[in-house]
Amino acid sequence: MRAGKIGERIERIEDSTLLFGTAQFVDDLEMDGVLHAAFVRSPHAHAKINAIDTGAAEALEGVHAVFTMQSFAQLAQGRTPLTFPHPALKQGLTQFPLAVDEVCYVGECIAVVVAESRHVAEDAAALVEVSYDALPAVIDCQDALKGQTVAHQGAPNNIVAHLKGGFGDVTACFARAAHVVTDTIRMHRGGCHSMEPRGVLARYARQSHELTIWSSTQSPYSVSRFVAQYLGMETSDVRVIAPNVGGGFGPKAAVYPEEYVIPLAAMMLNRPVKWIEDRSEHFVSTTQQRDQIWTIEIGADANGKILALRGHGVHDHGAYVPYGLLLPLTSMSPFPGPYTLQAVELQLDVVFTNATPTSPIRGAGRPYAAFVIERAVDRIAQHMKIDRAEIRRRNFVQPTQMPYPTGMLYRDGSIITYDSGDYPACLEKALQMADYEGFPSRRAKAQKQGRALGIGIASYIEDTGVGPYEGATVRVLRTGKVLIETGAPSQGQGHATVFAQICADVLGVDIASIDVRSADTGRFPMGVGAIGSRIAVTAGSSVFQAAQSVRQKAIKLAATLLNVGEQAIEVADGKVQLRGDATKSFTFGDLAQRLISAPGVALPEGFTAGLESTAYFPASSAIPYANGTHVVEVEVDTGTGLVRVLKYSVAHDCGNMINPLIVDGQILGGVVHGLGNALLERMEYDQLGQPLTTNYGEYLLPIASDIPRIEIAHLVSPSPRNPLGVKGAGEGGTIPAAAAVVSAVEDALSAYGVRLSSHPLTPQYLIRSIAASGL
Amino acid sequence: MSKNVGIKVTINGRLIERVVNVRLHLADFLRQDLRLTGTHLGCEHGVCGACTVIVDGEPVRSCLMLAVQADGSNVRTIEGVALSKDLPHPVQTAFKKHHALQCGFCTPGVIATAVALLEQNPVRTDDELREAISGHICRCTGYQQIMDAVREAADQLARERLQK
Repeated sequence: MRAGKIGERIERIEDSTLLFGTAQFVDDLEMDGVLHAAFVRSPHAHAKINAIDTGAAEALEGVHAVFTMQSFAQLAQGRTPLTFPHPALKQGLTQFPLAVDEVCYVGECIAVVVAESRHVAEDAAALVEVSYDALPAVIDCQDALKGQTVAHQGAPNNIVAHLKGGFGDVTACFARAAHVVTDTIRMHRGGCHSMEPRGVLARYARQSHELTIWSSTQSPYSVSRFVAQYLGMETSDVRVIAPNVGGGFGPKAAVYPEEYVIPLAAMMLNRPVKWIEDRSEHFVSTTQQRDQIWTIEIGADANGKILALRGHGVHDHGAYVPYGLLLPLTSMSPFPGPYTLQAVELQLDVVFTNATPTSPIRGAGRPYAAFVIERAVDRIAQHMKIDRAEIRRRNFVQPTQMPYPTGMLYRDGSIITYDSGDYPACLEKALQMADYEGFPSRRAKAQKQGRALGIGIASYIEDTGVGPYEGATVRVLRTGKVLIETGAPSQGQGHATVFAQICADVLGVDIASIDVRSADTGRFPMGVGAIGSRIAVTAGSSVFQAAQSVRQKAIKLAATLLNVGEQAIEVADGKVQLRGDATKSFTFGDLAQRLISAPGVALPEGFTAGLESTAYFPASSAIPYANGTHVVEVEVDTGTGLVRVLKYSVAHDCGNMINPLIVDGQILGGVVHGLGNALLERMEYDQLGQPLTTNYGEYLLPIASDIPRIEIAHLVSPSPRNPLGVKGAGEGGTIPAAAAVVSAVEDALSAYGVRLSSHPLTPQYLIRSIAASGL
Repeated sequence: MSKNVGIKVTINGRLIERVVNVRLHLADFLRQDLRLTGTHLGCEHGVCGACTVIVDGEPVRSCLMLAVQADGSNVRTIEGVALSKDLPHPVQTAFKKHHALQCGFCTPGVIATAVALLEQNPVRTDDELREAISGHICRCTGYQQIMDAVREAADQLARERLQK
């Protein structure tokens, strides 16, 4: 029986090389004559550079060159391109590939050493002498908003943008509201921590003036486009390949200074040059996200029907603008979440600080929006003494209201409209899995033993499958092998298996006969990137459409060759044959051969060359919205502040699933990422802008012993917005997790009257909160 | 700083003789000198566990061990875990079945730990397995599917041992 239909829980086709240790990540690629780079980075959060002395480094045996920005003057000048311009950007300041006269965060690149080995390069980097005048630094985003200290010398203030969003008559709603509560909510900066750090390998062909860049990136097409733009080259001459990539989680979608510097070094030396980020560099130079601080006001009528939400936020953008305003924008557009509010008014001040630049990490701004919305909903419930599940029931968008326009505007100015989903059903399912009804007795029993239990709920929506497109070609080779080529890059999500399942289903062939090649700008002309839970929706739909065209062409060709109508042809067991007569059949390879043909042999009349098709499924602003509810039960040790997560239940809806095994993996990984945000991950800076948590002893990531059993239920509301009926599943696990956990911890500490509106909830923080309660 | 020393190490069943710099760590020796690139470096400060290999039956962070310290020992890397070229180790099979890997970068280290643990003794409680796996950081999977895979491999190896 053939394997690999849509919806089957099958093993991944990606796994074998990864399990046998033969998969190739950037650092594993062999390259004759390759040299190794190490960077000199700023030890200051803000400083003026007076002079850079590279003499001692250059003199070290094995060093080929030490470059500063000045060294590249003949090839390139100026700051790196602004990747996503936006009309609201007041100061779209980007980095130079190598800093010229000012550094604005610890970790900013200043010089690069290229040597025979990484060991020599690092030794030499330590010999580069940089003379600085330290400048005042600003780290706290509220200080940055006041603007007494500027993050960039000569800048008028620290304002990157002032964003506004909302709908409805907020003033009138608050005037009518029987209950109004306020809160201040703080969410903290964290890192992505893909286990493979970033890495770049570049080779330059001087005669043809062509660059090839292998990068551990989520967006090879962005790297190609912006490096080409910076160097004054055509994108067709800057080929970028993302080989196996060891996790991305967002930050690898940005284009980094190192992705400009390493190609420049390769061009200068006419030798391949490689740089692999080490973990210490990752902690300071890979983009992070957060902090956001919101003051909010939420109003409800006497029945607990929420009317309006008003909020003002401050968003720490870090030292530069590596990714436009996409992160702050995605923290506004998900309002008002899964609820039917009449009015929302949001303002978000986006400010520079002298900390590592920021860009989206798993969930992008959506976890912040969910955190703000869910804390606000909990606050109203507390205030009105309504059960937290009940307040949600009273305010959900109902399935009968779909498609539901929220009133918020999408990036292109259209009104955000949810496509499908049964939000109440997801809540009820999660409550049932968590035995929410049985919780009071569990709590009472634990209380008798001196243990503090709490339960938390968070619901969410997630915009997925962002456009404009991610194309795919389905091509039948002479041998009958089917090749899928796409720009869609993968960092472990199992895209190849997903594409192969879709194609196998449409063509009726075994998944073993399908190969997938992706993320190489030299193989596929256009692409966007693996961001925003979009690949199954965009590239998946393209594979589906291309495979359908191939199937149609194969049927038409078989009908022509057999001189029958197309209705007389069927596709069965990987063959295209006369219906009911397996003796009159063609393999896909036979048919491909006819359309490849040979010199002097004409193609069958009416056919174009090749049994292949390319599709770019157009994803408009009408994108699919996934949704779900998480319920989490925790125990808090009130003596130590340690939180133990006891039980975690997820009911979610991402429409049709192509491979539920892979969807489960995405959700599980996402939830645990969110648990890290909620309880552990703290990227701490001191007042001078020195990062204090720069190794895995100081910055804690979740490990196996921190994690409870996570139960998942899938509800299926197919999206009407793509041919597969799918919605993205990559980030839904993370989005509500911190909100659910903080709600649960607060519930566990309800005896102390502790109010928790921030994360991470470290033991230290909880102990201080308990002590402050005076109980 | 540049002192070189000769070492003899058995790696995946083959005796290797090399002259190495004394400050070269085992992971760089495997990756750069021997081109065994299945061993990955995730943090180089001994926490993430991605670089774990099996040295004389014990899981070892190869970023914290110098190549010269491996002189005279028996090292198994991910390239030497499978039972034969086409026959994966039961731990590898279980990882595939349970989707216990996503990007696969940390996977060779996790497998090294699991293989060493289960070859010492496959009869293990869930807590013992969790304790062992908690020496690794995986950002993709959230660990649950890893735990399921290791549990299944342990049970299978325990059954096989009983049958012997």
